[in-house]
Amino acid sequence: MTSTVVTERSDDRRRGDGADPARTGGPRNGPPALSRGTVLATRVVGVAAVVGVAFTVWLGLWVTPPDKVQGNLVRLVYIHPGVAWVALYLAFGLAAVASLLYLWPRTRSLFWDRLAAAAVEVGVVFNVCTLISGSIWGRPTWGVWWAWDARLTSTAALLVLFLGYMALRRVPAEPEVRAKRSAFAALFAALDVPIVHFSVVWWKTLHQGATVLNANLSPTIHGSMAWTLLLGFVALTLVFVWMLLVRYRIGVLEDWVGSGELDLALRERQAEGIAPPTASAVVLPGPPVPSETPAGREVPREIAEVAQ
Amino acid sequence: MWRDAALVAGKDLRIEARSKVALSQVAPFGIVALGLFAFALGPARAPMVSGAPGLFWVAVLFSTVLAIQRSVSVESADGARDGLRLSGLDPAGLFLGKALAVAAQLVVLELVLTVGVVLLYGAAVKTVWLIAAACLLGTVGLAAAGTLYGALSAGIRVRETLLPFLLLPVVTPILLAGTRIWQAGLAGGTPSDATPWLHLLLAFDAVYLAVGVVVYGPIQEAT
Amino acid sequence: MASAAPPTPALSLRDVVALSGRFPLLAGVDLEVDTGEVVLVEGPNGAGKTSLLRVAAGLVPVTSGRLTVLGLDPERYRTAVRRRVGMLAHASHLYDDLNVRENVRFAVRAAGADPGRIGPACERLGLTGRLLRTSAAKLSAGQRRRVALAVLVARAPDLWLLDEPHAGLDASARSLLDELIGEAVATGATVVVASHEPELLEPLADRSVTVNGGRVTGERSIRSPAPDVPIRAVGSAERAAGPPVERVVHVA
Repeated sequence: MTSTVVTERSDDRRRGDGADPARTGGPRNGPPALSRGTVLATRVVGVAAVVGVAFTVWLGLWVTPPDKVQGNLVRLVYIHPGVAWVALYLAFGLAAVASLLYLWPRTRSLFWDRLAAAAVEVGVVFNVCTLISGSIWGRPTWGVWWAWDARLTSTAALLVLFLGYMALRRVPAEPEVRAKRSAFAALFAALDVPIVHFSVVWWKTLHQGATVLNANLSPTIHGSMAWTLLLGFVALTLVFVWMLLVRYRIGVLEDWVGSGELDLALRERQAEGIAPPTASAVVLPGPPVPSETPAGREVPREIAEVAQ
Repeated sequence: MWRDAALVAGKDLRIEARSKVALSQVAPFGIVALGLFAFALGPARAPMVSGAPGLFWVAVLFSTVLAIQRSVSVESADGARDGLRLSGLDPAGLFLGKALAVAAQLVVLELVLTVGVVLLYGAAVKTVWLIAAACLLGTVGLAAAGTLYGALSAGIRVRETLLPFLLLPVVTPILLAGTRIWQAGLAGGTPSDATPWLHLLLAFDAVYLAVGVVVYGPIQEAT
Repeated sequence: MASAAPPTPALSLRDVVALSGRFPLLAGVDLEVDTGEVVLVEGPNGAGKTSLLRVAAGLVPVTSGRLTVLGLDPERYRTAVRRRVGMLAHASHLYDDLNVRENVRFAVRAAGADPGRIGPACERLGLTGRLLRTSAAKLSAGQRRRVALAVLVARAPDLWLLDEPHAGLDASARSLLDELIGEAVATGATVVVASHEPELLEPLADRSVTVNGGRVTGERSIRSPAPDVPIRAVGSAERAAGPPVERVVHVA
């Protein structure tokens, strides 16, 4: 029967989430274990990030020469473009792609949702750093803290969209609903960002009669500056990756705590059917339910244990 | 899809005709906003006139939030949203229908606000078709994006505060484009100033209409 | 009718688990309803009767297990299934600003049903004259129910899902409802009714299932099946994979 084939496929899709580490959780088992590879990778990235940043700071502040035009101010070039690259392209791009992968039925998995959320949160941090470093850089150049420079304004717009995503995520909902909602919000934001970017750039450049501030924050780069710049990019990327891994892990743990409550609730719900519902939240061992334990299904396994 | 869209748009507009919320609450709110701007910038005429295009569009944006909230809340009474799902209406048609109804209300609102701007700020409309084009294209984009975000936040209890925060940043390009086109329209400038902005509005409209048609169904089922 | 293959059941649930947030509405439901049956769903408050109907209607997604409605997967053939399933819920899905006639008209046309059936359906439910032009906000709960029923009658779905249909109806409306259920079955529809007062519906029902704790915990046959209807045995080949549900079968 066609319906059999169809529903089994949709069954598999749902079961795909059953393999999700955060859902086999519960107070019974410990938190989903981290593979040794993951722990090692996180440590390595973390150490490399710290080393990279330290080197960048040393090179940037002491070894490289000041610029002819901008003087010591140019040292911000080792930070500002780096955090901007992470915030605007890496974090945002990752969040957008991960959200799309979550929405696509074949690759749907809460892994992508958590990854997107982690990317957005870390992206917010980098975004704020971009704005602050850009503002600091701009102050002596433009004379004001904020000159509605096209690129910084677009960055600020992206920040607001990120914050909207996070506000939406904070709404209490079950993981799948929250994931779908956030993914759609990310999709809409992703579609909007290029439009916003163009509109802001045209706003500055196509506007007649206004003083178009030459927000040329990009000096000419050569020699040791180039290497330091590259190192800065790499170091900041490593910082992002490390923060992403940690934030992702936190997300897994949060969901694991939540799913533990789910198993408890499931058992309590079934106990209602066996024994009369009582006021206490403790699961009463009721009369044995004449049901076999079906293989391969995590939920009923817990029930059978309770019934025994 | 179009049949369902017409059905839903008709239903929403009939509800509006009965309850007259957009007419008696949203439009006056827009006028009040214009008045607030006048108090903030005045009493000299000059800042008001030069700011008129932008202020018009800010008033429109705020009023859009109200219109979208109303469009969503119509369905939240008596489980009507469930009813729409149960009926098997084509979700793409549902999206277009609701967006169409909001767009119709926004067009009327913009007409009122245009008159308001002309009377209150002393702005003079030189190139009418530019003004009209900006309003129409901007309306479509606002209605499409607004209906999408309305659906996304439909089941949320804090929708009243969340929706403006979600929607307004997304429609800033409409504000920017609309303002620029209006500036050309009020100053009698050459249409070539406004052309890139018109294209921008078209792109925005196309993107959000296309996305809405595809995505409205899954959003409905998920939330 | 000695047909080789058993007829497709109108509704089939196999170990269905449905969640709302962290709360399990259904915790593993097994149920099969044949075409043309009238099945009564009983159980205490919070047992999952309404959730069962909502899952069958496709309003609540299935987390695990298998759901087949009218032989189709409701997630894959969403529109087709929804157009053929009608639900009478606690809420009436009416728009307060529209009057009765406009509400019925919208609901019937939205479901793609023949608008010509609206007039006769409204008359059947006693929605005539001034009442038709009354705005929905002014209706009593019983009247709202009748409007929702009129929509159902006009749509003539293949599967009727009624959630506490007698609640809020006066005696004449109740007997009218019973007639309507009978007529629906006579035209080949299947009816699943959830009720607190099963006694009222026993004259109409073929079977009754008891729901408790989100599962089907009991079943009894009210009307003995016609001789040519195959009796579903526990542990038949189809159901070997699932856990046998405790059944108490006795003939009323």
